[in-house]
Amino acid sequence: MKKECVGMLLAGGEGKRLGLLTKTIAKPAVHFGGKYRIIDFTLSNCSNSRIHTVGVLTQYSPMLLNKHIGIGKPWDLDRQEDGVSILSPYTAKKGGNWYQGTADAISQNIHYIDQYDPEYVLVISGDHIYQMNYDKLIEHHKEKKSEATISVIEVPWEEASRFGILNTKENLEIYEFDEKPSNPKSNLASMGIYIFNWKTLRKYLTDDSQSEDSSHDFGKDIIPAMLNDKLPLYAYRFQGYWKDVGTIQSYWEANMDLLEEDLSLSLNNKEWRTYSHDTNYPPHFIDQNAVVQNSLVNSGCWISGQVTNSILSERIDVGKDSTIHESILHPAVRVGNNCTIKRAIIMENVSIPDGVTIDGTQYEEPVVIDEENVLEFIK
Amino acid sequence: MDSLMGLINIEHEHDFLEELTYFRCGAAAPFAGRYRLIDFTLSNMVNSGVEEVAIFTNHKYRSLMDHIGTGADWELAKRHGGLFILPPDWNDPTDISRGDLRHFHNNRDYFHRSKANHVIISGSQFISNTIYKKVFDYHLERDADVTCISTNVDDFKPEHISQLRIEHNEDGWVNNFTNDQQNPHIFTGIYIIKKDVLLDLVDQCIAFHKDHFFFDGIKSNLDKLNIQFFNYNGYSAFVNSVESFYRHNMNLLKPENYRSLFFKNQFIRTKISNEPPAKYRESSNVTESMLANGCVIDGEVSSSVLFRGVRVNKGAKVKNSIVMQRCTIEEGVYLENVILDKDVHITAGQTFIGSKEKPFVVAKRKEI
Repeated sequence: MKKECVGMLLAGGEGKRLGLLTKTIAKPAVHFGGKYRIIDFTLSNCSNSRIHTVGVLTQYSPMLLNKHIGIGKPWDLDRQEDGVSILSPYTAKKGGNWYQGTADAISQNIHYIDQYDPEYVLVISGDHIYQMNYDKLIEHHKEKKSEATISVIEVPWEEASRFGILNTKENLEIYEFDEKPSNPKSNLASMGIYIFNWKTLRKYLTDDSQSEDSSHDFGKDIIPAMLNDKLPLYAYRFQGYWKDVGTIQSYWEANMDLLEEDLSLSLNNKEWRTYSHDTNYPPHFIDQNAVVQNSLVNSGCWISGQVTNSILSERIDVGKDSTIHESILHPAVRVGNNCTIKRAIIMENVSIPDGVTIDGTQYEEPVVIDEENVLEFIK
Repeated sequence: MDSLMGLINIEHEHDFLEELTYFRCGAAAPFAGRYRLIDFTLSNMVNSGVEEVAIFTNHKYRSLMDHIGTGADWELAKRHGGLFILPPDWNDPTDISRGDLRHFHNNRDYFHRSKANHVIISGSQFISNTIYKKVFDYHLERDADVTCISTNVDDFKPEHISQLRIEHNEDGWVNNFTNDQQNPHIFTGIYIIKKDVLLDLVDQCIAFHKDHFFFDGIKSNLDKLNIQFFNYNGYSAFVNSVESFYRHNMNLLKPENYRSLFFKNQFIRTKISNEPPAKYRESSNVTESMLANGCVIDGEVSSSVLFRGVRVNKGAKVKNSIVMQRCTIEEGVYLENVILDKDVHITAGQTFIGSKEKPFVVAKRKEI
C-alpha cells in the first residue's frame, strides 16, 4: 500500500546527560510537563500533521517506552493498515546488530519503509519539545524541489557554537553543514528534523552501510555526503518554541517554560493538542490553607502546602506547611508535612517524610531525587 | 460458573435537575468535577468484573450516548461482552407491555444471549465507589432470588423521603419494603436477581399489564421470592434534586468524603479527555476546592468544584459554586452558591448569588 510519507522516529538514545532521569528508562519516555512523556510531543505532531505511518526506533531500556507507545491509541495511530510500529534491533539469517547510529537505525529498517513505497521519509527524534506541522515542511520541500530539507531554528549567535549549524544561500539552499563551529557563519541550527526523497536517501543509506569508517549518522555522514555530491538541499525555517531536553538543566528549563504566559507552545491549544495517556484519577484537591501559584497540577493530587513555580504530575500529595518551589514532581510522589523542596526533580514514587529539606539551588544543576538518593536527605 | 451481567435502568428516573436536565437525562448530569452521575454505578459494575452492561433509557439520551460512546473508556468495547445503550425501539406488533417492561420485552435477547445467570440492576442516582463482588458472593451463598443492597442513613435529608426502607427477619430475609420515614435502613435501588427469575417475573408482569418491574414484579411477590439484603457502609449519596446535587458536590470538599469516594477502592472511570494539567497563574488564589484538568486560574476560587477546562480570569471570585466544563468567568465577576452548566460565559463585572438551599442555576451555553 502506497503512502506519500513515512515518519521514522528516533527514540533509541540513552540520554546519558540526563543522569538519574534515564537510569532505567529511555529518554523519550521521561515524564514531562505534569502529564506527558517527552515523546508525546513528537507523536502528537505526527498525529496532528496527519502522518499516519510512523516507525519508532527504540533501543536503550525500552520497556516503559514500548508500553507507553503501545498500539498508538492516544495519537490515533492505532490504524488498520499502517499506524505506529515499534522497530527494535533484531537478528536475522545474516546476523544482527544494535543500531550503530541514527542513519544505521534507518538502514536496518529499509524493508519497513519499502512496504509503503513512499515518496518521502520524515526523520524526527523523540527527545525534543515543540509543536510543529510537518505538512508545511513537506510543502516547502516540494516547492524547492529539494532532495533533502532540514528544519532549522534561529538561535542566539552566542549559543550557535553549541549546535549543528547550517550555512545557506539567500534562497535557503544549504552549502555547508558545521557541527558545533567555533566561529559560526550562521545562526540557523539544525533541529534534527529531516525530510528526504526516499529513492535518494535509500541509495545513500545503502552506500553508507557499506562504508567502514562511517559513524552512520545523519548529521555527520549522510548530509555531508549529499552536499559533497552537490545535491539540492534546503533549510526550512521553523518559527515557534523548540527545545532539546538533553541535559538536566535544559529538561528543567523546558518544564519551567510551560509556566510562561506568552509561550508560543501551548498545552491548552485546542487546534494542536498534545496527546498522552489519560488516567482515571479524580480532580485534584486544594486544601484550606494551601497556596498554589504559577504552577501546573495534574489530577489525583492532594495539596495542603505551598506550591509555587512548579510542575506536579498525577497522584501527588503535598503535606501541610510544606513548600515546593521551582520543582518538578513526577507521578505518585509523596511529600510529608514541613518539607522544603527547591529546584528539585523528584522521580516517580519517591516518598519524602516530614521535615525534610531538599535544596537544589546549592548545586550547579537542579537536583534529581530517586528512591535511593532521597535517603541522603533524610536525617 | 456463576456470573453477573449488568443493567442500568433509568426508565423511571425523572429529569430532576431543572435547567441541568432540560436537554439531558439525570444520569448524564455532570458531577464531582469530571464525572457524570451514571459513571459511578457503571464503574462499580466494571470494577466488579461485569463484562456486559445494558442501559434502558427512554428520552434525552443524546448526551448519555455522547458520554458513553462505545464504552471503551470503561473497557466495555471488547470481544467479550460490551456496552448496549437501548433507547425505545418498539417494533413488535403483538407487544402489550408497558412502562419499563417494554424495555425488558423488546430487549429480551440481551438477557438470552448472555451466559451470565445473574443480573445486577441499578439506577443512576446512588453515588458510591464499591465492588459488588461481596454482594454477589453473599447472594450465591444464601441462594437468594434477589439480593438488595441497602445502606444505613443516620442523618435524614429530603433526598431520602422517596427511598424505600427494608424490613427483614433476623436471618436477613426481607419481608417488606416500606416508606417508614423512621426506618434508617434504606434500599439503594441496586439489586442482584437470578436471570431466570427475572425473565419469569417479566412475563408475569406483562401478562397482568403491569408497568413497573420492581414494584409489580418484586415488591408484589414478596411472599413468593427469597429476598436477601446486603448492607453497604461506605461513603454514599443519593442525588435526586438540585438541592441534593449541590450539597453532595459540596460535601466532597470535606477531605474524608473526597478520600472515601475516590481513593478507597478502584478509580471511578469516565470519558477520557485530553486536557493538560490545570494551570495556576501568578495571581491565583485557590482554597478548599476540587479542580479538573484544563482549568486556567487567574482569580480567586474557594469551596468550589471546577470541571475540565474552566477559565477564571483575574479579579474574579468564585465561592461555594459548581462550574461545569469549559465555562469562562471574566474579570471582576462574583459568583456565590451558583451552578453553571457547560460552556457558560459570564461577562466581566457580573455578580450572581444564590442560596445553599436554592443555588442559582445557569443553563448550558448561556452568555450573561
